[in-house]
Amino acid sequence: MNQRSLLKNPYYRSLINKMVFIAIAVSFAPMLVVSGSMLNRFSISHNEKLYAHLGELVLKHRQNIDGFLVEKLNNIRFMAKSFDIEDLKNEKFLRNNLAALQTEYGSVFEDLGFINEEGIQVTYAGPFKLEKASYSNSEWFRKAINSDYFISDVFLGLRGTPHFIITVRLKNNGTPWILRATINFAAFNSLVENLRIGETGFAFILNSKGEFQSKPFFEVTHRKPYSFYESIKAGRKTKDGLFFSEIADDSGSENIYVASLIKNEDWILIYRQDKSDAFADLNQAKEAAIFIIFMGGIVIIVTSFLLSRWMVTKIAKADWEKELMNQQVIETGKLASLGELASGIAHEINNPVAIMVEEAGWVNDLMEDERLVSKENRDEIERALAQIKTQGKRCREITQKLLSFARKTVTSSEDVTINELIKEVIGFCAQRAKFGNVVINSKLQENLPVMQLSNSELQQVLLNLLNNAMDALEGNKGGNITVTSDLEGNEVVIRVEDDGPGIPKVNLGRIFDPFFTTKPVGKGTGLGLSICYGIIKEMGGEITVSSVIDAGTTFHVRLPFKKNN
Amino acid sequence: MSDFRPNHNPDIIRLLFVDDEKGFVNVMAKRLSKRGFDVIKTFSGPEALQALRKADFDIAVVDLKMEEMDGIEVIKILGKMTPDLPVIILTGHGDENAAREGIKSGAVEYLTKPCDFEELVRKIKQVLGK
Repeated sequence: MNQRSLLKNPYYRSLINKMVFIAIAVSFAPMLVVSGSMLNRFSISHNEKLYAHLGELVLKHRQNIDGFLVEKLNNIRFMAKSFDIEDLKNEKFLRNNLAALQTEYGSVFEDLGFINEEGIQVTYAGPFKLEKASYSNSEWFRKAINSDYFISDVFLGLRGTPHFIITVRLKNNGTPWILRATINFAAFNSLVENLRIGETGFAFILNSKGEFQSKPFFEVTHRKPYSFYESIKAGRKTKDGLFFSEIADDSGSENIYVASLIKNEDWILIYRQDKSDAFADLNQAKEAAIFIIFMGGIVIIVTSFLLSRWMVTKIAKADWEKELMNQQVIETGKLASLGELASGIAHEINNPVAIMVEEAGWVNDLMEDERLVSKENRDEIERALAQIKTQGKRCREITQKLLSFARKTVTSSEDVTINELIKEVIGFCAQRAKFGNVVINSKLQENLPVMQLSNSELQQVLLNLLNNAMDALEGNKGGNITVTSDLEGNEVVIRVEDDGPGIPKVNLGRIFDPFFTTKPVGKGTGLGLSICYGIIKEMGGEITVSSVIDAGTTFHVRLPFKKNN
Repeated sequence: MSDFRPNHNPDIIRLLFVDDEKGFVNVMAKRLSKRGFDVIKTFSGPEALQALRKADFDIAVVDLKMEEMDGIEVIKILGKMTPDLPVIILTGHGDENAAREGIKSGAVEYLTKPCDFEELVRKIKQVLGK
């Protein structure tokens, strides 16, 4: 039986499936738990580090921006405190100071102006023509006139370009004056723009109304800016004053926001980065981990399947061998029981048959003295007695066969010359062969070793094989039988080959079974070949058969010999 | 035991037949008697031993498997009582071990039922050298 046919059995298929399932479950569970935990820890750790890093950056930029604004405010405050009102009313003086500031800080200071309490710019130094400009209606002026210092939101103002102003209030005999400086938007904006991380990370500033106070690097879409500002402020707040939140934009992509209030909480500095960009490293690590788990999974599945299949094949083979052994044990037991039964029957039959035969003999004895019986009747009685004897003899042969089958006849080993024995047996069959139109040929190898075995038993085997061959040929109206002897290795091989009708394949496997016969009832006991098989086995040899329908049958008898044979 | 005849004619072979198959013993006794044997029929081991105590025999034909006393045992006792008495085994239980055991116990020949009557007569005469 081959491996495939063994594994077709539903029991073994189910066993394979169970083993595969268990192997996969047992292997996958720890792998998934360990990998999942590690990935989760890594993810948490990465998140914490990323947010901490972004927080630090925003804090640093908050300090930079606040520092920038405070510095510029201090510049103006220094001017306001250092110089007289009259000096500040002097346009040339103001221009000189603007020039000095621009020399020191570049183009950060765009212009300077000195404004009276009515909002009229008394003196102006700068690129625009804003002398005598009135700011009395400007919102920033109203706030500036009421504060010691003030930094406005970004606005377009009279010049029509985005800018914001820093103001310092001075008092002269109770009358308030305002020294104003315009801060270049581009210079301020570059401070915010410098905060760039990855491909999508950038910063911008909103005022409390949600209006942009710097130019965002990418467009920030949000339908309701105020609500957006509030959303940012609603995020997780740290003790450093940072706000962390994750908000989806109009396109649906998730963004990380880290924000901090600046300029006395008037503005909010917001850093934004696309989440997938921010977590690119983590995502790469996740993908790598998933790939490793996937490949590991494939290896586990394939290994589980192959291993289960291999193990189940081993189990199936062991089961099959055990079953075969059981069958052999049962078969042997059956044969032993059959042998005992046959032996018992033979013994029990022998007694009545013996009486029957002897009674017939006794009648025969008496007939010799009987003179009264007519010749006709005498002949008939003698025929009947002869028939009783013949049938008794037949019964005896049957019981002898049964005893032979049970291996309970008396045997003895002796020196046997195989070729002589073959010739002798062929001689026995010559008469029958002649009448049956059968030609018996022999091809005997010279110098075969003398064998030590039971002459009568081997004779019985060959006689049986020749009789069977003749039975087959007689049914076929004659034919040829060839008996050969050969020396093959340590074996003497005797072959009995006929060119008869052959044995159907279905019968070939059972041909040595006891009581198996294809002969008509009363013509065969089905014990002949079974006995031959037993005899040859007892001799340590082997008897096999090969047959082709309509071509003939060959029996091979292999007898081992030793040199001392 | 039946047909016990203690008188002895030296030309007649005195044969002790031991077998529990009465029909077989009877017919064999008739046939052997017709051939000139003086046959004493016994149907069990004890009967045979009893007959042996009462008379002398030239030969004994013993079955192996008998109900009261096994044939092998009978042969062994016969051997002890009359060591010179040859014993032929004639049994329906002709297996190898029984034959070996019988010969070992003192039997000189071993025949199986149903046997050729003439062969039995020949064997008896051969054993007795007649």
